[in-house]
Amino acid sequence: MKTATFKIWRGDAKGGEFHDYTTEISEGMVVLDAVNHIQATQANDLACRWNCKAGKCGSCSAEVNGMPKLMCMTRMSELPLDRPITVEPMKAFPVLRDLITDVSWNFRVKKKIKKFKPRPPDAPDGTWRMQQEDIDRVQEFRKCIECFLCQDVCHVLRDHQMHEQFIGPRFLIHVAALEMHPLDTENRIDELRNTQGIGYCNITKCCTKVCPESIEITDNGIIPLKERVVDEFYDPFGWIWRTLKRLSDKGLK
Amino acid sequence: MNGAEATFPRRSFGQTMRADVWWTQPLLVFLGLSIFIVYSTWAAFQGSHYFFGNYISPFYSPEIFGDSPHSWFGPKPSWWPAWLIFSPALLILWAPGGFRLTCYYYRGAYYKSFWADPPACTVGEPRKSYLGERSFPLIMQNVHRYFLYLALVFIVILTYDVWKALWFVDPTTGKNVLGIGVGAMVLAINVVLLSGYTFGCHSLRHLAGGFLDQFSKSPTCYRAYACVTCFNRRHMLWAWLSLFWVGFTDLYVRLCSMGVWTDWRIV
Repeated sequence: MKTATFKIWRGDAKGGEFHDYTTEISEGMVVLDAVNHIQATQANDLACRWNCKAGKCGSCSAEVNGMPKLMCMTRMSELPLDRPITVEPMKAFPVLRDLITDVSWNFRVKKKIKKFKPRPPDAPDGTWRMQQEDIDRVQEFRKCIECFLCQDVCHVLRDHQMHEQFIGPRFLIHVAALEMHPLDTENRIDELRNTQGIGYCNITKCCTKVCPESIEITDNGIIPLKERVVDEFYDPFGWIWRTLKRLSDKGLK
Repeated sequence: MNGAEATFPRRSFGQTMRADVWWTQPLLVFLGLSIFIVYSTWAAFQGSHYFFGNYISPFYSPEIFGDSPHSWFGPKPSWWPAWLIFSPALLILWAPGGFRLTCYYYRGAYYKSFWADPPACTVGEPRKSYLGERSFPLIMQNVHRYFLYLALVFIVILTYDVWKALWFVDPTTGKNVLGIGVGAMVLAINVVLLSGYTFGCHSLRHLAGGFLDQFSKSPTCYRAYACVTCFNRRHMLWAWLSLFWVGFTDLYVRLCSMGVWTDWRIV
């Protein structure tokens, strides 16, 4: 049976270091299997968060060989076994212990985003009517499992620690899902530019690269939002067009 | 306290735990863009060998003022300052250059390759401060849609150049006859690739229909949006193919004009 050496980061908010573990690898194993095996046989106090083991709960986010990944979706067969495999906690958030980080900042950010505000119901029974083509775009964004790998890989949060100024790709996608929703009537463009910091995104596409749900975060979410900000703030001909349209609408009334 | 202070210290430039050869892609982008910038700048300043019979280099089209038969308004104007270098390419290249410079794909690519911001995903950066595209000068990237409008005009002009490239002067009669040379095919491929790149532009995708929340109310916009989305999926590929081919097209016309290459007539 093959073996693999893991360098797993052990520590807490005060600091820590890598510890080496060697474990047997069998066919079909994922990194989470190996970490759980190490926990069961060699390091009973190793802290590791996981739940579904099916890539849907977003709990086992970590950095495997330096890249943010879900441990349960990273097959051992994809990794080179001739050198140690590093497993670390996410870098954009404070460590609680070992592989577990405190991601509560994300939930606080989400609370600050303007909520869904639908138009009045279309039917007397209080329901709405939508066409599939209207909802296709938003459905892609709803695949998000909130693993926060995109937040972790984003250099604005990871390297520059701009958590106060920038909400990160996960919540830009959340805003996109609300803003492009066919029923929604709220306007979030001003906040996007001024308090949520969409201008900090410099389109590295790292968020798209690490998304386990393959959401086209940059192309389908962030860039269309950037274009909506341009409409509102940086397009003088757009202003003139909208003003003329408003005036003509008023005239018609 | 924002409650999100990370435990790990900021990594230094180039530091990463990645086990793969992460620097390959940014290096290739750096080399590819550098070679194009050096060649196109050199070609733009030459001011000669940019046309060959009915062919004109895309770096010089439209030729607003110039000495070739393709010139729209005749030779260099008399009011042009003597101290200022003149080349027909310098009058126009700012437009397609600006389109590529402000393109969403290229922005992400050159921020990594030329400015290491970041060098690659999860790799340490050289600078501590970060302004992003929120303040000058990078806030100017928002002008991209205006360069798009100009790029669309260039597609029309370059298509007309392909049409002109199909008409050869018959040496016996002196009349224009329809024909196809390798050069015409090179020019035509250039238009196809530039169109693929331009029609996949993120700004065009927004303007075509992406600004809408209810596609079902504007079926024409929805169809246009779907069409642009189709090109947009391979925007990076179109960007690189069109960049390479536009340079090659100039080289082809230049070498034919210099007599180094022979333009073969197929039909």
